[in-house]
Amino acid sequence: MNHLIVNKGYQPIDSLNNPDNGQKWSLWRKLLLGLSPSDYFRQVLRNPFNWVLGLIFAIGLPVIIYRYATGLGGVMHASYDYPWGLFLGFGLFCMVPLSASGFLLGTTVELFGHKKFKPILRLALLNGLLGYFFAVVYLLVDLGCPWRLYYPMFVSWGTAAVLFLVGWHVATYLSVQIMEVSEAFFEWVNWPTAKKFIHSGTIGLTVAGIILSTLHQGALGTLLCYAPGKVHPLWYSQEFLWIFYLCSSVFAGICMVIAVSTVVEKTMSWRCGSEFLDNLGPITIGLAKGATMALVTYLVIKIIGIIHDNEWAYLTTGWGTWFMLEIGLGVILPIILFSIGIRKNSVGLVRFTAFLTILGLMMNRLNTALITFNWDLYQEIPHPLEAVITVTIFALFITVYRFILYRLPILYTWKTVSEEELVSIADLDSTQTQQAAVLVDTAGKESLGPA
Amino acid sequence: MRRISRRGFFKVTAAGSSALAISSTKKAFGMKEFKGYPDSMGVLVDLTRCIGCRTCEAACNKEHGLPEPEIPFDDFSVFDQVFHDGKRKRRTSDSAYTVVNRYDDTSSGAPVYRKIQCNHCNEPACLTSCFVNAYTKTKEGAVIYNPDVCVGCRMCMVACPFRIPAYSYHSALHPQIIKCNFCYDTRLKKGKPPACVEACPQEALTFGHRKTLIKIAHERIRSDPDKYVDHVYGETEVGGTSWMYLSSVPFDQVGFDTSLQHHPILDNTKSFLGFVPMVLGIWPAMFMGFHLLSTRGKEETEKKVSENK
Repeated sequence: MNHLIVNKGYQPIDSLNNPDNGQKWSLWRKLLLGLSPSDYFRQVLRNPFNWVLGLIFAIGLPVIIYRYATGLGGVMHASYDYPWGLFLGFGLFCMVPLSASGFLLGTTVELFGHKKFKPILRLALLNGLLGYFFAVVYLLVDLGCPWRLYYPMFVSWGTAAVLFLVGWHVATYLSVQIMEVSEAFFEWVNWPTAKKFIHSGTIGLTVAGIILSTLHQGALGTLLCYAPGKVHPLWYSQEFLWIFYLCSSVFAGICMVIAVSTVVEKTMSWRCGSEFLDNLGPITIGLAKGATMALVTYLVIKIIGIIHDNEWAYLTTGWGTWFMLEIGLGVILPIILFSIGIRKNSVGLVRFTAFLTILGLMMNRLNTALITFNWDLYQEIPHPLEAVITVTIFALFITVYRFILYRLPILYTWKTVSEEELVSIADLDSTQTQQAAVLVDTAGKESLGPA
Repeated sequence: MRRISRRGFFKVTAAGSSALAISSTKKAFGMKEFKGYPDSMGVLVDLTRCIGCRTCEAACNKEHGLPEPEIPFDDFSVFDQVFHDGKRKRRTSDSAYTVVNRYDDTSSGAPVYRKIQCNHCNEPACLTSCFVNAYTKTKEGAVIYNPDVCVGCRMCMVACPFRIPAYSYHSALHPQIIKCNFCYDTRLKKGKPPACVEACPQEALTFGHRKTLIKIAHERIRSDPDKYVDHVYGETEVGGTSWMYLSSVPFDQVGFDTSLQHHPILDNTKSFLGFVPMVLGIWPAMFMGFHLLSTRGKEETEKKVSENK
């Protein structure tokens, strides 16, 4: 994408005012990233990734329409033994732990005051928000009557159900995260009062995030406590399943931030501010330290789980091999690789390990919710159209994610100038405008703090 | 909406009584255990009497106006049907509330027939896992379902230890859970036995008060100990069910899950749910404390650093 804009000497919009004339950017120009409509659309068509996305949507969107036209039976096996498929197995059970990033980095930066991680905070918050949002989108596809999504909130309360807690918490936490991310939005649309208002509640929102995350990450695990015997004993633990889920969401969320920041740095460095780019290396190593601690803890409690339920005999079966593969590839290998990466200060190795850990986490969630489910009955491979819809919604997730990252000040710092400076810029003649623009630029950079 | 739910009522009562009189905590704890309604009805299925005539299937189909089956009820070739590489026999579906399957007694070689339908648990997993309270356990013992509030999450299908609820996946606008309702509206409410029981020519199904049925079941075992396995399936499984079974062959040989827990499925989530109010109560103060401890020190050092400059 950046080839064409670099050719034109393109500067992405990162400030309230156009540095060339001191005028405020219009919303329209902000949406088009400062390009003219024709340039913008040429840009969109040039990027081969957009064609891939387009192809996915061309196939997937009709399938989604087909799902609503014919009911779930058209795109699923309509199995009574496997009521849940990929939409929940991937969309809810994998997306939610991978979106723990928001509350984790919020806690680190805002609550514990580790300002070192501040440059990546907004990315982590956005990752959390979008992950939860798209978990709900997956839910809208999966639910038999998606138009009744609000029923557990307003119509009929099943207060003894764990899913009731999950539903309420995901809804509340989604609003908390919208508020947390809205700071960036208010900067972008230039509404300082609203930003200040939200900012004053940061600590409250962060603590709310911790409470809600502790409970619903754990509750996802507890959901499977309704199905003892259906979930394989190695993955089931009546006492500890919730804490397995909570603990693994910690390294999952951290690794997701490392993974996303890697993709961002490789594919949209033009959009990243210097504060983000310059600090990304040490931040990645720092995040890896946190993830390693969570991974070690997770390994320990998983072993305690086996001891507690005395499940050693299962380890020698085929399911046991599969279990050890999951732990080996998704937990032990990442611990080793992270340790080497941290010691050698190798950002590349840490990033590779983060991707590996994410795969391991997904393996765990799919194992508990789908693969080992009905382990003593028969195994079912999801319907192909189910996979098509799952991929389509994930492509939509990436599209929305990228759309926001291109525009809102998530990866860069939004520059504003004071009123007096504005007046002086307006008064200057054309030659002086150039100097003023430089001034604004330096002012913006200074506010970044020690880089 | 309707009514305070049974569960909700007990929770409030238990919480209230323990709060009011700490000395009577024993009583409050007692309330948490629900052993079923005192006048709950039930059905005792005696596998030794069943001949696999499928009359009950036909009666159920007629009673509930279900679609005509592809293979008629007098065709016994259905007993040879297997699915998923022989790992699964026929089961309840969106067009059959009840199904009879044939098993072979490994010792005698004689066929054994087993009827399956909703067992109407005392403390049903479908009910307690439902986040919109779509299920009700009536005082007559039936577990009934209200499609008007169902969102279609299918948690109940995941939770049911007997794998009974089916779902009308192919309905775009009105998908719903489909399962046996003990003929609640048409018969049970009026004190009449369900259609399948009435139709059974062999008296393999006995309708009555659950408490009486347990006595009858044990009496049958006692009077003919060589015939019966000494167990009433459903007496204690998952906290007890309204439908119970007697068999002459070990239960696990005729498709029963004998590894089920003997307390309600709900119990598995109680420790976590009990943790919820504690998190809500403790976390805010704890994390605010962490916040103060970790940032106050930092502000001071930052001040010192700037002063030294």
